[in-house]
Amino acid sequence: MEAETHNDTHPIPNYMAIFWWLLGLTILEIAWAIIPHHSELILASGIVGLAIIKAVLVALYFMHLKFERKTLGILFASTLILGCILVSVGIAELVLPRP
Amino acid sequence: MEHAAAAITFDPHAEEDRTSTGIPHDKMGMWVFLCSEVMFFTGLIGSYIVLRFGSTWPRPMDTLNIWLTAANTFILICSSVTMVKALEWIQRGNIAKSKLFMCLTLLGGSIFLGVQVYEYRHLLHEGFTPSKSLFGSTFYTMTGFHGFHVFCGVVCIAWCTGKLFLGKYTPEHHLGIETLGLYWHFVDLVWILLFAIVYLI
Repeated sequence: MEAETHNDTHPIPNYMAIFWWLLGLTILEIAWAIIPHHSELILASGIVGLAIIKAVLVALYFMHLKFERKTLGILFASTLILGCILVSVGIAELVLPRP
Repeated sequence: MEHAAAAITFDPHAEEDRTSTGIPHDKMGMWVFLCSEVMFFTGLIGSYIVLRFGSTWPRPMDTLNIWLTAANTFILICSSVTMVKALEWIQRGNIAKSKLFMCLTLLGGSIFLGVQVYEYRHLLHEGFTPSKSLFGSTFYTMTGFHGFHVFCGVVCIAWCTGKLFLGKYTPEHHLGIETLGLYWHFVDLVWILLFAIVYLI
């Protein structure tokens, strides 16, 4: 078997279903942004939450992470964890009281 | 010096030259590259969050055209779907449909870039320049870097589409399309996050 040969053993996902989910979540996201909210935290957490769901759908189904070897998932997840640490440190600097 | 005398051969198509993980080199290389891109964009997004919530910030909706960008987001999501359909059809052995979907992906990426250029021109004309405010600086930095990634993606899609039309890809050999697809979906994924963070919050 040549290196370029691709033998996908995983089932082909229903891409159109993912598309409709992405479209629906985008509409929901915009609606959430337009609706007035009492606090900026509620607005931000709702929008970021929906965006993360959409990003996960793209990674799992369009990038086939759900069907790939675990090695790739671990590789990708490790950078995401590092990224989360980076962002958390930045937010902590804003939130935590300074000495 | 017996080791030096031994001939080192490299056959890119040999099974044993795949990585020890069993993933082709090209694909693994793209994933490693995407991991570095995650860190790049995390740095940008992290900086934006710190600046955004650490100072007074205008409401993005008052400056930016949300509806135009929402339509552009829709186009990019559509191009991601057409990219994955191009891969699906070449895997199924239908080259003609794969060509059609690759062309649609190219069209979607080009429209996205065109709309972004239009948006920039409009905003600059309105006086919203990178030097106007912190919001302006961060907005143009983040969307500009993403736009550059889209531009690179469009160039690569055009290249791969050309190769597809020349018959360089077959149902058995199409790793180039799959690897490019990974990059394109990543660009889409980043935009999903940028649209939410920069435009909606």
